[in-house]
Amino acid sequence: MNHLRPINRKAAALARARLDQPGAARALMLVDTPYGCSTQFAPGWEVDSSGGTYGLCQPIERDLYDCYHSCYWPAQVPDSLTNFPSWTKTCGSPVQDWAQVDLVFP
Amino acid sequence: MNYRAAIHRTFEAGGQTFAYSAASGAVVALDATSRAVLERCTAGVDHPHWLEDAPADTRLAQREAFEELVGMGFVRSEFEPALNADPLPESAFPLQTLVLNVTNKCNLSCSYCYEFGQDRLSDATRARAPRMSDETARASLDMLFEKSGRSRDLTVTFFGGETLLNLDTIRASVDYAEQRARETGKRVSFALTTNATLLDEATIAFLVEHRFGVNISIDGAQGDHDRHRTFKSGKGSYSVVLPRIRALLAAMRGRGGRPVGARVTLTRGMADIAETYRHLHDEVGFESVGFAPVTSSSERDFALPAEEMDRLLRGFTALAEEYVAAALQDRQHGFSNLHDLLGELHRGVSKAHPCGAALGLVGVSTEGQISPCHRFVESDAHVMGDVKTGIDEKLRAEFLRAGHVAQKIPCHSCFARPHCAGGCYHEAHVRYGDAGSPNLHACDWIRAWTALGLDCYARIWLANPGYLDRFEERPKLAVRSSSETQA
Repeated sequence: MNHLRPINRKAAALARARLDQPGAARALMLVDTPYGCSTQFAPGWEVDSSGGTYGLCQPIERDLYDCYHSCYWPAQVPDSLTNFPSWTKTCGSPVQDWAQVDLVFP
Repeated sequence: MNYRAAIHRTFEAGGQTFAYSAASGAVVALDATSRAVLERCTAGVDHPHWLEDAPADTRLAQREAFEELVGMGFVRSEFEPALNADPLPESAFPLQTLVLNVTNKCNLSCSYCYEFGQDRLSDATRARAPRMSDETARASLDMLFEKSGRSRDLTVTFFGGETLLNLDTIRASVDYAEQRARETGKRVSFALTTNATLLDEATIAFLVEHRFGVNISIDGAQGDHDRHRTFKSGKGSYSVVLPRIRALLAAMRGRGGRPVGARVTLTRGMADIAETYRHLHDEVGFESVGFAPVTSSSERDFALPAEEMDRLLRGFTALAEEYVAAALQDRQHGFSNLHDLLGELHRGVSKAHPCGAALGLVGVSTEGQISPCHRFVESDAHVMGDVKTGIDEKLRAEFLRAGHVAQKIPCHSCFARPHCAGGCYHEAHVRYGDAGSPNLHACDWIRAWTALGLDCYARIWLANPGYLDRFEERPKLAVRSSSETQA
């Protein structure tokens, strides 16, 4: 940090946490940007050139639950509200378990 | 998205600006940019619009300072709660400290005593066992060891009445606790508070041998001490206790015992704080001296009125100057109230509850009833079980829920919250009839005291930061002063 200098032990711990997870502080800064649902275009549920998802500009892990739980987005994701409440039951952590989420057949 | 400065205090020391966060207990030094941004955020800002208005040459620095302030919790979005009010975890908390009220009898008759005086919680019409039996003490210790979970270091504190009136049970408890500690691979340490009237050679040898942390209730020089700390005849106890205290101090020092603390109860008409300190520390020889205003309802003759609380703060401020001067020369000063406060500020303690009562600590009455701490012992309204049947976890959870700082609305906007969390449950009960109430009569005082502590902390950090290393471990200056005993 350039403008705040941690003095006590708690401040040092907070500053370290900030460095270890740089996204956390940045995310707090950007909460006025819509997160999850895109207002223009989202690439949808795809894989990148290596067959994984990390290379995508909006990886599935990031907004799987945003779409499934809080937004009703039937074009892309089964809805949790009425039809598929157990769809992500096998997926404790999307980053690791996303491949466990199966197809659904309405 | 609107942002607002979270509750904090900024202060100056040695030409530097510092900030203390009530959200986390973090202390940081600010530069001119972050200070200006924090000031700006105090009134609330719409972040993107505000940055667009900033001049181009400073925009980057301001944005950076803003991000750092958000990241460190000094600025928050309006959707974030001011105070984390997560419910307590369901599991029972491991016990670490047990306060055994080994007797409710006393050979003194101090006018301000909360156990016998007008502010007593105990029902005077009901007869109670005057002494704790060895059997009850053993059952209490069994409970401590069984409920201690993975805690390795346990503390047994003996309390009264005058604790040493039941030395037999103390000896039996120490034997049994040391045996249980050997069996379970835990470490147990002992502490007691006494008025020193019964300290004889054999007792002193016992206290030294078992490395007791001893806290002596003494109110200063003879005139101040004898005003309230009298025998039933009305005769002051100073001339009786002084030679016994000197013998204890000499034995502890000579044979490698623990430091002995003095515990001063402050009442209306109290002497100058620095003079009292010098008497007890320099002349009598206590390693540390802790001060506490008497706990009482406001109408008592001995209660400290507002102007006396102001005088107390001035006295603490003067003694704090001595502490800082000593710290800058790497010397340990014995003003234990400030030492404890600096330790908390250094670690960035942020308390959900004002103290460990009903969390890691419980009190046990002579008859084996469990209460949140020693001060509530014998209060029928605060019983939380019995050592034979165990802690009533439902009552314990209720007590803790009511005492959580999130329940105390005035604390939400107070910068001293991490350190205070509403203050002593017992004091709140005596003043307001509700242990879960914040101690509103003390708010201004606690804020001024916390501000004084922050100022001392920053000055020590600037001039001799190495001194603060001693707070990396829990402070070991005698026994804790502020939350202990007035008996």
